[in-house]
Parts: sequence; structure tokens; C-alpha cells
Amino acid sequence: MLAKRIIPCLDIKDGKTVKGVNFVNFRDAGDPVELGRQYSMQGADELVYLDITASHEGRKTFTELVKKVAAQVNIPFTVGGGINALEDVDRLLNAGADKVSINSSALRDPNLINQIASNFGAQVCVVAIDANFEDNDWLCYLNGGRIKTERKLYEWAKEAQERGAGEILFTSMTHDGVKTGYANEALFELNKMLTIPVIASGGAGTKEHFKDAFELGHADAALAASVFHFGEIPINELKEYLAKQGIPIRI
Amino acid sequence: MKVAIIKYNAGNIYSVDCAMKRIGVDAIVTDDKEMIAKADKVIFPGVGEAKSTMEYLKHHKLDLLIKDLKQPVLGICIGMQLMCANSEEGDVDCLGIFDAPVKGFKPDGINKIPHMGWNNLRIEKESIITREHEGKFVYYVHSFYVPVNEFTIASTDYIEPFSAALNKRNFYATQFHAEKSGDVGESILKNFINLK
Repeated sequence: MLAKRIIPCLDIKDGKTVKGVNFVNFRDAGDPVELGRQYSMQGADELVYLDITASHEGRKTFTELVKKVAAQVNIPFTVGGGINALEDVDRLLNAGADKVSINSSALRDPNLINQIASNFGAQVCVVAIDANFEDNDWLCYLNGGRIKTERKLYEWAKEAQERGAGEILFTSMTHDGVKTGYANEALFELNKMLTIPVIASGGAGTKEHFKDAFELGHADAALAASVFHFGEIPINELKEYLAKQGIPIRI
Repeated sequence: MKVAIIKYNAGNIYSVDCAMKRIGVDAIVTDDKEMIAKADKVIFPGVGEAKSTMEYLKHHKLDLLIKDLKQPVLGICIGMQLMCANSEEGDVDCLGIFDAPVKGFKPDGINKIPHMGWNNLRIEKESIITREHEGKFVYYVHSFYVPVNEFTIASTDYIEPFSAALNKRNFYATQFHAEKSGDVGESILKNFINLK
């Protein structure tokens, strides 16, 4: 049976791991390669490395980091941040990444999804969506949650799938960093309307929150950062708990 | 021991090279026919699309070379699919090493496509995948599959049972990404490398 996936996310700035709470106030959480290796040994099913460096030099550092991760980690990993063109995708896949995640660049130029899918295959293209619940609707944001757009979560997710996205990574800005659980109702809606996998992100604070994302939200995978980085929820304990709750999990 | 990883227009080749290094094997990534022919073991990896990769292999006459190899050969993912008779992906004739078709998963309204993530192995015949791998999880990313057939050595259930791995004489193949399947994947790769 296909297992539900647990995915630690590592935010990278200048080659080091950071994690934002509601997208601001970063705290250092260690060496990204070593952290990734530890997670894979604890039972993480995949890793996401998100480059939040803006500078050109930072990009080079990140590509070097991707190569090191590929050499040392024996599970799949996705990379995101600053991917604006096919050259970026090519560079990161050649450095050993399994998938790329695009966010603002896809909202600005949705055709990038079609291009990635047709050049590298749909399975490579993860479309990440940051959305906030306001005025009775889920609105998509650009630039790591800094710029609001008119796009609505459900229609954008559907369009991304039609254009060739292989997965949707949905981060609820409403829930991110506050540790009160994932946006399960929105996840449920997304999973009902899409035929591609959906990754839940934003809001994990307890083991039960992961269970809810799978049982109530029907998510295919759940992503979290700080609860893993600071050892609040060890991945092996989380997976044992979920397996006991009857959720298909790789132990 | 010389291990050659076939270089062609498919992705993920560097990942296979990295996995080899992790199990202590210094492989050569090459499209040089002589080097491939002389290697002790050959790996035919890849992430990609059947039609364009098959065209590339034909254009570079790698298709004939691969079919004639006598040493142990391991196809991974699209590599495995290209070793079959034909693929629904782009409706293309493939290498025909395994007389089996490659079909597309049909949406059933429940299971998502691509089949992406970790799923269990069921052992059909002991080979490079052994009893110790029974029920273990391996990593898949694919929308096309090879139905269970006479060459199936391990199977997995998704929408319907399909071939997780194949073997015929010196030819081995896995649909899953052994290079990304954690310790289980590394142990299967070691078993292939240790074949006599």
C-alpha cells in the first residue's frame, strides 16, 4: 500500500538552515546536509530544501549544497526557491535534485509549469502555493508570503495540475508557525478536486496534527520544519504513532 | 570491478552515480560503446519519457548495444520500461529484452497518478531482491507500468498489481528508484553488484 509521506522542510540561507515563524524571525537550525542525513536515518520519506537566498552568489552556494545532499542522502529530495526559468531547473536536476518546487515564478508565468513538465516530466514539477484565508477565501501570495495576489487557491491548484504539475505543495499562511494543526478543510477540498498528490504544509505542532492532515485532509504527504528541527517531534516516534493509528506509513 | 552507467538523454543519472559511491563502487558514467561493452556490470538508469529516450538510443545505436550485452545489466525506472517490448507512452517500440508491454495507469477516481512515494515489495522469485526484502518499502515515481508477467521477480500493488522488478538471463530491472530507496534500495543495488 502506498505510504503517506513525512517530509521535513529545510529553509536555506547562504548555505545554512533557517526556519521562519510566520515567515519572519529566523532561528538557526544546523548544517543542511547533516540535518538531511539525520532525517533520512530517522525515517523521513523525502526532504525539501528551500533556498531563501536572494543573491546570485547565494544561488551558487545552493547548487553546491544540492550536490552534497545528492551525494550523502539516500532518499528523494525536492529543491525550491529562485527557480524562474528552465535553466534553473536543469542546473538543479543535474546537481542531483529529484524534483523542483516553483511558487512565485509559476504565479507570474504559469507557462513555466508546462515547460518544466514537457522538458523534464510532470513528476519533477512541484507547484508550491502559499495561501491565506481572508475575506472568506483562500488567496495566493507571492514572494514568500509578502505580496497578495487575486488568485484563489482552488482555481490556481486546478490550473497548475492541468498545466502539468506533478504535485501541489499547499502552505496555509493562516496556520503556518502557529502549531494549531494543518488547514484540513482546504486540504480535503484540494484532494477531492485534484488527481495529483497534495502535500500539506503549515501548522504542525503535535503528532495528532499529522494524523488529522491524513485522515481529515486526505493529504498524501505532510511537511513540517520547526517541530523536526528542534526535536519537538522525533520523526521515528511520529511514524510509529501514525502506524499505530492505522495510517499507512513506511517504518 | 568496472561498473558503467549508461549516459543518455534521461535525468537522474548523477543520483545513480552517487548511490554507487555510497555502496563503495566507483562507477563510470559513459556513452562510449566500448567502455560499456567491456564493463563487468552495466546500469541503465533514468527518469524521462519513453519516446524521446528511445529515439536518442536508436540515433546513437545504443539500442543494439544494450540488447547484446552479456554481463549483468540493471535497468531502473524508464530504463526498465525501455527494456520491454513497447510503451503506451508515445506509442513506441522499445528494446524488446522483456517480452512485456508498458501500459499507462488508468485513473480510478481514488488513486492518484503518478504513483509517487513509498510502496511495498512482494517477492515473486528470489533474485537480487530476496526474502529479506518482502514487504519492505521502495520509492516509486511513475505513470506507466509493466503488468505482472513471466519475468516478474517482485510486484507491488497500485490500482492493480504491477512488476516492481524483472529478470531474464543477465538482464535485471526495477521500476522503483533503488538509488533513492534508502537502505533497502542500497541493499538491492549491492546484490546486483555482487552478482557473479
